[in-house]
Amino acid sequence: MDFSSLSLVALTVSLIGAATPILLAAIGELVVEKSGVLNLGVEGMMIIGAIAGFAISVETGSVWTGMLAAMAAGAVLALIFGFLTQVLLSNQVATGLALTLFGLGLAALLGQNYTGMKPPPSPRLDIPVLSDLPVVGPLLFGHDFMIYFSLLIVFAVWYFLNRTRAGLVLRAVGENHDAAHSLGYNVVAIRMAAIAFGGALAGLGGAYLSLIRVPQWTEGMTAGAGWIALAIVVFASWKPGRVILGAYLFGGVTILQLNLQALGISISPAFLSMTPYLVTIIVLVIMSADRRRASLNAPASLGRIFHASH
Amino acid sequence: MLRLEPRLQPSRPMRLITPVLAVLLTMLFGGLLFAALGVDPVEAIKLIFWDPFFHPTYGAYSMSQLLVKAGPLILIAVGLSIGFRAGVWNIGAEGQFIMGAISGGAVGLALYPAAGIWVLPLMTVAAALGGFLWAMIPALLKIKFNANEILVSLMLVYVAENFLAAMVTGPLQNPQGFGFPESRSFTGVDSTTLPMLYQPLGMHAGVVVAFIVVIAAYVMMERHLLGFQIKLTGESPRAAKFAGVKPAVIVAITLGISGALAGMAGLFELTGPAGKLTTNFPVGYGFTAIIVAFLGRLNPFGIVLAGILMALTYIGGELTQLTLGMPAAAISVFQGMMLFFLLAVDVFVNYRLVWKKEVK
Amino acid sequence: MKFTTTLAAAAALALGLGGAAVAQVKAGFVYVGPVGDLGWTYQHDQGRLAVEEAFGDKVETTYVESVPEGADAARVMTQMALGGADIIFATSFGYMDQVQEVAAKFPNVKFEHATGYKRNTDNVSTYSARFYEGRYVIGTIAGRMTETNKIGYIASFPIPEVVRGINSAYLAAKRVNPDVEFKIVWVYTWFDPGKEADAANALIEQGVDVIMQHTDSPAAMTIAEEKGIYAFGQASDMKEFGPNARLTSIIDDWNPYYIQRVQAVMDGTWTSTDTWDGIGAGMVGIGEFSDKIPADVQAEAQGIVDAIAAGTLHPFTGPINKQDGSVWLADGEVADDGTLAGLNFYVEGIDSELPQ
Repeated sequence: MDFSSLSLVALTVSLIGAATPILLAAIGELVVEKSGVLNLGVEGMMIIGAIAGFAISVETGSVWTGMLAAMAAGAVLALIFGFLTQVLLSNQVATGLALTLFGLGLAALLGQNYTGMKPPPSPRLDIPVLSDLPVVGPLLFGHDFMIYFSLLIVFAVWYFLNRTRAGLVLRAVGENHDAAHSLGYNVVAIRMAAIAFGGALAGLGGAYLSLIRVPQWTEGMTAGAGWIALAIVVFASWKPGRVILGAYLFGGVTILQLNLQALGISISPAFLSMTPYLVTIIVLVIMSADRRRASLNAPASLGRIFHASH
Repeated sequence: MLRLEPRLQPSRPMRLITPVLAVLLTMLFGGLLFAALGVDPVEAIKLIFWDPFFHPTYGAYSMSQLLVKAGPLILIAVGLSIGFRAGVWNIGAEGQFIMGAISGGAVGLALYPAAGIWVLPLMTVAAALGGFLWAMIPALLKIKFNANEILVSLMLVYVAENFLAAMVTGPLQNPQGFGFPESRSFTGVDSTTLPMLYQPLGMHAGVVVAFIVVIAAYVMMERHLLGFQIKLTGESPRAAKFAGVKPAVIVAITLGISGALAGMAGLFELTGPAGKLTTNFPVGYGFTAIIVAFLGRLNPFGIVLAGILMALTYIGGELTQLTLGMPAAAISVFQGMMLFFLLAVDVFVNYRLVWKKEVK
Repeated sequence: MKFTTTLAAAAALALGLGGAAVAQVKAGFVYVGPVGDLGWTYQHDQGRLAVEEAFGDKVETTYVESVPEGADAARVMTQMALGGADIIFATSFGYMDQVQEVAAKFPNVKFEHATGYKRNTDNVSTYSARFYEGRYVIGTIAGRMTETNKIGYIASFPIPEVVRGINSAYLAAKRVNPDVEFKIVWVYTWFDPGKEADAANALIEQGVDVIMQHTDSPAAMTIAEEKGIYAFGQASDMKEFGPNARLTSIIDDWNPYYIQRVQAVMDGTWTSTDTWDGIGAGMVGIGEFSDKIPADVQAEAQGIVDAIAAGTLHPFTGPINKQDGSVWLADGEVADDGTLAGLNFYVEGIDSELPQ
């Protein structure tokens, strides 16, 4: 078997591309879940981002404007979820599922006139000399700007959650909303902000798909990426750094199986595609089983309804 | 400012008014959406809510399809609602539905082409067992390792989907199927065909089972000690512990019941409407059922109504496509809206809106 | 009033048995995907629009999109039949059993099932296109155009339809370029732009410089354009996605067939048939050749198109060995349609294992 033509560098570059949309959506959802809210509507917010980003880029000719529009659209959709679950106290699981249904339909409606169009090209960060270096060049300097941005966002989220007072408050709200409330924090407002942030990043992830990775708009193009993002948050045990690991691992499995096939090695794609989910369950079990490391676990108030009774 | 204040008792009138209000709001906003798309809103709304029952050409047939579509939703949702009442969040019914269909289907294929009225019951038992065992995975992981069942059961949906793909391209593939990724047809052989009991209402055996389960669930939840323990666990886990309820037992029982029912629903779908296993076999009943369970307020009879309402929008939605040329996407936006409104107005059952001066 | 219409309807029914002409035809279309998929469903909908264009007031068409295979399809077709459809086009293989079921209940409605093989009642016809003829043409072009001698193939599911296409393209490419090598990637989906794009990238990393696909989205074309290699339009022309990358395209052209079948209903001459048409009948269209293709190659490809259309060239003409080296077709022997319909092996030379 000849593995020599399987370039690890090229493999890594393309797995990063495959992983970035889910990485963005997952890091957004992580913040939402850290605040104690489970929004299962990631898929709906991603696809809205995909069409909003695409449509606005086509109309304005600017990828940047498109990206911003995608974030805005994702956030607006997320705020519907936020209003229902935080103000009207509806069940988060059911509302999240409804959001996915709504988002997929709305995106398809909005996108009717945009099939078959081409978005403007996205700027790349090909730093002239550096990206020509062997190995290191394509690995570190040969990506589109969104990849650097996504890593930056992960770092920012980590910093926010672990090094800032606001992050501490957000986590407190997710751990015990009643206690946070009695300390005088506005639980609903904090959660709304987290939900909007999650929506914006999911929208951005969708736009990455429609503007950079594929680049085109087709109905239903997220094809389940939002659900994978949800899995990655769990896989990462709610730690930002591990979201990168999780997303790249998921991306890696997809890319690797396609590349192995291109090499002529036959494997059962069905069983291989199962493995990331099984690994996620195993990771979840290992973390949950060890009660001393409780801080790694799911936010204690995750999915629970909060109502300030006084 | 306006504030929500908890009611001492859930409001009975609100229980009845809110769903009607939600449907009216949906009609209003949905109508605006349809008008924006250039479709006659009155006609469209009538097609969705009225014509599946009363349309001169489509009515009789559409009505016979309502229960076919609602049946699996109701069966799964009732099972889920029992767990939800206990605070056990099984959202992997789709996976249990698939595994039920695979296990029951495998039994049927192993016996192929055996005749006999015992074949279908045997398959049903196998399906219930398949769904049950699949649901036992999150149950055991929760009991033993405290792993979150929402996430484990959700992950297992994807595992089940991929397993299905492996099965229909492998052991369960139709040997005479020209290599297409699908199983033999179950409805081609009488012994593996779900009997249709009353055609005009689409009452196949699975719908009857669903209704029996609805009544059984009601009796269990309202009249039986287990139902009381389940509700107590959901409302106040601590009180339940003091009352001697073992949380592990409740987790296992509720997940097991919902898994077994979802598995059975999978088999009924397989041996009735769907006819064979393909990678397209799962169409999301397991997820829609979660919404149905909440729309029915976790009450078995409420779930029946919610299931029929969901089915109505699917079938009526198709009629709008057929007769008005409405895009399919508009229907899913409409359904999403209806769910939002139903979930939103539900708040008034347990809370009321009061005008309060800000007190500091 | 009502009584008389019932009488008239009864009379019409009685006449209908004899295959009477229908003044205004109502045609229903059931689609498995959204009409905006720019691939499979989009092309069927183009066929529907062509029917409307051709007959104007004399025809009324309706469609329902994104209909899942299974129970939902049966319901949609029944509603169409109840709604007075004279002819129903069910455009996905997975509708096969539902078509038989509904057709049995509505003997006066004609059913047309795309890519199926069951015709249980005499009001069901099946139709499919010999896409492998088109793949022989693009295989030839790919074999001539590749510089790395590596051709990538993005495949959906290992079903005969897809296997046929791979074999046909390979035989054609091999004929004009003995050094050619096929890299095949199975994505196990008909439509997932993200995954198709990844597959295209994976192939490009393996040194592929021409990509063929048997999946529905234009994602691979977009990637080919971006990476500066060649690709072929699939189902629809896809020129807008790869103005430089696209060499030509295999177009599903259902228009002539749909018009002809609706006409048959109108004339009362419709009968149950099994149609498997190719380039000759116009069901498989070959898009305009890109000017990237040198003139001699264009001429060669056009020659193949003409020969296939005229029936003088069959892509599966022996000698052809199976992948394991055993003889499939002796010298001059032409594969029969039965074998082609169930084709489940690669031909000799393809260096890859067919997933089973």
